[in-house]
Amino acid sequence: MSKKTVADFVVIENTTLNASTYFIKLKASKPLPRMKPGQFVNVEIKNTDEIFLRRPFSIFEVDYLENTLSLIVKILGRGSKKLSEIKVGETLNLIFPLGKSFTYPESKEKILLIGGGSGIAPMLFLAKECGLQPENVDILIGARTSKDHINVDEYNKYGSLHFTTEDGSLGTKGFVTHHPVLKTNLKYFDKVYACGPEAMMKAIAKEAKVAGVFCEVSLENLMACGFGVCLCCIEPTVKGNLCVCTDGPVFNINELKW
Amino acid sequence: MVNLSVKIHELQLKNPVMTASGTSGFAEELTDFYDVSKLGAVLLKGTTLKNRDGNAYPRMAETASGMLNAVGLQNKGIDYFIENIYPRIKDYETPLIVNVNGSTVEEYIEVTEKVNELDKIPAIELNISCPNVKEGGMAFGISCPSAEAVTREVRRAYKKTMIVKLSPNVTDISEIAKAVEGQGADSVSLVNTFLGMAIDSEKRIPLLSTITGGLSGPAIKPIALRMVWQVYKAVKIPVIGIGGIMNAADAIEFMLAGASAIQVGTAIFKDPFIPLNIIDGIENYLVRHKIQSVNDLTGSLQM
Repeated sequence: MSKKTVADFVVIENTTLNASTYFIKLKASKPLPRMKPGQFVNVEIKNTDEIFLRRPFSIFEVDYLENTLSLIVKILGRGSKKLSEIKVGETLNLIFPLGKSFTYPESKEKILLIGGGSGIAPMLFLAKECGLQPENVDILIGARTSKDHINVDEYNKYGSLHFTTEDGSLGTKGFVTHHPVLKTNLKYFDKVYACGPEAMMKAIAKEAKVAGVFCEVSLENLMACGFGVCLCCIEPTVKGNLCVCTDGPVFNINELKW
Repeated sequence: MVNLSVKIHELQLKNPVMTASGTSGFAEELTDFYDVSKLGAVLLKGTTLKNRDGNAYPRMAETASGMLNAVGLQNKGIDYFIENIYPRIKDYETPLIVNVNGSTVEEYIEVTEKVNELDKIPAIELNISCPNVKEGGMAFGISCPSAEAVTREVRRAYKKTMIVKLSPNVTDISEIAKAVEGQGADSVSLVNTFLGMAIDSEKRIPLLSTITGGLSGPAIKPIALRMVWQVYKAVKIPVIGIGGIMNAADAIEFMLAGASAIQVGTAIFKDPFIPLNIIDGIENYLVRHKIQSVNDLTGSLQM
């Protein structure tokens, strides 16, 4: 088991990406351990009586030279709302790195990364980290409308970007499962990775099972501790109830009872 | 140098700070962060005779200054513990205490008999206070006759230190404490969680799959403190204080109210280092107040 740490970080950037999504960059005072796509941090939300527990966020970027770690925070409830209001110069306390990462693809494999909401964070991290040629990487991002998308243009150097919106305001109209890359080309991929709303991941898992393609998803069940002692974030699996925080958050779809 | 060591019957602790059952796994989860030998003791995750899957998700709801849980004693059973977990953890240099559960008196006895054979387990905590199981658990701990019966039978089966963990969901906790003391309990630990409930008003649904669950965290501290005080006055055996302890000041309050030692629980979810911070904080307090031994704090409330 890897060593885990609790440490204070200084907020060095908080940029609004869209109406409900924020990019928060944190600087550590010490060198950071190696962190992989799919792993997460558990963030203490300070100065509020109503928020007692930490909130887990996928790691989006790590810079080991600058000792910085970045998160994409989408407002889903009172914890993420409070976190989105943090100001540059304030400190945040993190428990990290937590959970297991995605299985890295082999060098010649073709992969499809599918993200929705803040689920794009580990997908873009994996696109950057996987070491594949860009022509072997497809990145599909779904949202309700174009306003819910964030600018990810710089990621076109890691793979081909595709978008869907439910109203057709950007990219293909419909859900990610309606996009041709998933609807008709799924069988050409060696590995499919997804992170986002559960309904989206379930729909992808269903398609991946039909196509017989390796598929991993990252779950975000409610957590108290994040390191495997409270047994609150359990997911029923073929191996019984497993902790999303330590046995996941990344699971192969064949392990899940979906 | 101040003396931090305490003794709970025959159980020798290097300091009075333990981690509560269900909040520190089987101790190995904490070794990812630090050396657990610094802790006074670790109360292991509640163990039953057979595998239990626990309750359905969602099992947790955040509340004002605390949380509700309805885990329902998920564990792989005592045999799995003995074969797979015990060999990995038995040489940790801190007392490991098995939290014994059952749905019948016979199950409690059977688990206890198996634990009795484990050389490196110096004590058990008899859990008659879990609010999240349909059978047994808290049902044993909310009436004197049933608390007496299970304590008496487990006492016969167990030779080492036996702590009985009490439920706060009773009219008079000191009556239950006296009842288990009368049947041979070496110590009582209190409190387990308070039965509570949370609702999503927008969706008009309960937040827990079980509807009700156990409340823990700072929200319960004043009530837990009052109960420790009441029990301390009622029994002669050592009292272990539990309930929303977040820092050294909280821990010292419990000791002033009569606790010989304390358990840190839900605070670990916020920060696994809190138990170590509390040990340091107690030591500083003793130095600052020129108190030689932590034992001198117990019940030393000035009135």
